[in-house]
Amino acid sequence: MSVDSVRLTDVRKTFNGHEVIKGVSLEVKKGELVVFVGPSGCGKSTLLRLIAGLETPTSGQIDIAGRDVTYAHPSKRGVAMVFQSYALYPHMTVFDNIAFALKIQGLPKAEIEHKVNAAAETLQLTHLLKRRPKALSGGQRQRVAIGRAIVREPDVFLFDEPLSNLDAALRGQMRVEIARLHTKLNATSVYVTHDQVEAMTLADKIVVLNAGRIEQVGSPLDLYRKPANLFVAGFIGSPRMNTIKARVREVSPDAVGLDLPQTLLSVPRVGAQVAAGANVTFGVRPENLQLAAADEEAHLSGYVILIERLGGETFAYVTLKDSEGEPLIMKLDGEAALYNHQEVRLKIDLNRAHLFAEDGQAIGVSPDFSDKTDESVHV
Amino acid sequence: MASSLNPADHGWRKHLPVINAFVRYGLLILVGFLMIYPLLWMIGGAFKNNAEIFSSVGFIPKSPTTDGFINGWKTSTEYTFATYLLNTMKIVVPKVIVTVISSVIVAYGFARFAIPGRKWLFALLMATVLLPKSVLLIPQYLMFREFGWLDTYLPLYAPQAFATEGFFVFMIIQFMRSLPLDMEEAAVMDGCNSFQVLTLIVCPVILPAIISVALFQFMWSMNDFLQPLIYLSSVEKYPVALALKMSIDVTEATSWNEILAMSTIALAPSLILFFLAQKYFVEGVTSGAVKG
Repeated sequence: MSVDSVRLTDVRKTFNGHEVIKGVSLEVKKGELVVFVGPSGCGKSTLLRLIAGLETPTSGQIDIAGRDVTYAHPSKRGVAMVFQSYALYPHMTVFDNIAFALKIQGLPKAEIEHKVNAAAETLQLTHLLKRRPKALSGGQRQRVAIGRAIVREPDVFLFDEPLSNLDAALRGQMRVEIARLHTKLNATSVYVTHDQVEAMTLADKIVVLNAGRIEQVGSPLDLYRKPANLFVAGFIGSPRMNTIKARVREVSPDAVGLDLPQTLLSVPRVGAQVAAGANVTFGVRPENLQLAAADEEAHLSGYVILIERLGGETFAYVTLKDSEGEPLIMKLDGEAALYNHQEVRLKIDLNRAHLFAEDGQAIGVSPDFSDKTDESVHV
Repeated sequence: MASSLNPADHGWRKHLPVINAFVRYGLLILVGFLMIYPLLWMIGGAFKNNAEIFSSVGFIPKSPTTDGFINGWKTSTEYTFATYLLNTMKIVVPKVIVTVISSVIVAYGFARFAIPGRKWLFALLMATVLLPKSVLLIPQYLMFREFGWLDTYLPLYAPQAFATEGFFVFMIIQFMRSLPLDMEEAAVMDGCNSFQVLTLIVCPVILPAIISVALFQFMWSMNDFLQPLIYLSSVEKYPVALALKMSIDVTEATSWNEILAMSTIALAPSLILFFLAQKYFVEGVTSGAVKG
């Protein structure tokens, strides 16, 4: 019994002759929390609105709980949405806000009361039921918006950047609440965000969107460990992955030899499909760069140009010698002894390195991750 | 420090804020008094006797009398002033209601629906705002004569049922445009159709604008003289505006104190309504104009 909760089949959407969604196919399984991430304008909100029924696709099909709802009215799809701006009704009390959908459905009064009270209890809103939205704090408003969604007992919850209007501390708190609520209700959810911390922490499955197309779908750690292309590599992970242009010197079954401006490297790879002489991009995350001790062999050397100390960790920006490219960012211990303009020698953890072809697609995977799939993802 | 260099300055500079306030408020009170003087004079005149009205400049009556109200209420016709007040309400109340309903519906259409040719229709609507009302008098009169509506109240408010008051439609459109779309989308997701979104969500939220429209229409219609003059011929159907004019015509020696007394009464509904709704009215007029 595995009817997908949401299934998109080659969905396209055109606004004024401009194609915003360029053929998206996707399956969301029952109980899964799927997060759409991508830069602004990538179409993630539009995709969510298509699922919600607030927009109609130009072509393609949308199924929810095994039913074709491509052209169904939003309220007939079994979906409920939490908006970025909360979108509460300002003239109604919290109780009426939550009860509104049930009243429209024409449920008996006693049943409405029972359901609203249950939802309010789950969200700790009981003492606020008689208030108007304007007398609530941001976090409370957000909870009312969520209450309005759960009271309808939908097949699918849709979240449109629900936390982006909250301040950082509250955002962290609400993120935990949403995660807990998701576990408790075991409801299928589609969540749109541009905040990759939200994506990484909440998602069972992340969908990375770019310019109206899906770049990669996978569990958070899968995307982190094995980005399918340069875009995903740059988008997932903060600070972003460092990249250096390189040329392939030689290819062996378990490694790719690279010619970097400063050095020759042999990067362990499984399943690399690349020919010697090809131009590639070498990628390494900030946490996989280390300072080499004086007696150690180093891969690269350069100068520190900026140090950001966050307390628990330190980010150092290093320009490579004889290089005009972007500085490399390295993530070091909070107490790392460094100063500006210091000459440093860098060591790369080659087992965690990434390799991308000229068209941006990943070349092979690191042997560390070749047979590893994050167990939390249901494939 | 400039003041320490010239200690003589210090004395009056200290009082500068007081002098400043005195001058400003003095000027405001003076101008305000000038503006409101005719109204005060009217109310004062209503309590004077007819001879005193023209013999004194002040508005405080020397020997206050309510004769003006008593005689004025009886009027020179067979009907009391109450009939005319009631007639006015029979015109104004339906007019306000149909204006509000039609303007809100049309504004909602303009503000939220992608109707083909919307821009042209909107331009047309705005053009009607600029059109002088008197241009329409003759064609409208001929039309209503064909309908057999002469000497009824229908011509006075039936046109308003078709959102002909472009200014009000425009005002509500501006107000609706400042509303977040999310709220209406949330209502759609909650199962509302467009009409329910309008009545259950949009209308309560734009209540200040609706009250402003109702208030404007009420006051302007109370004061309307031309339209009733054209369409009404029997005295028993006359509204206040015509009744007042009538009492100037018929008597040779016009009892101005009666007219002033009745004008004061005629003014009361608008004033009372305005003060009751003032809170909403101010909010509606300003927030319609300034977005955000």
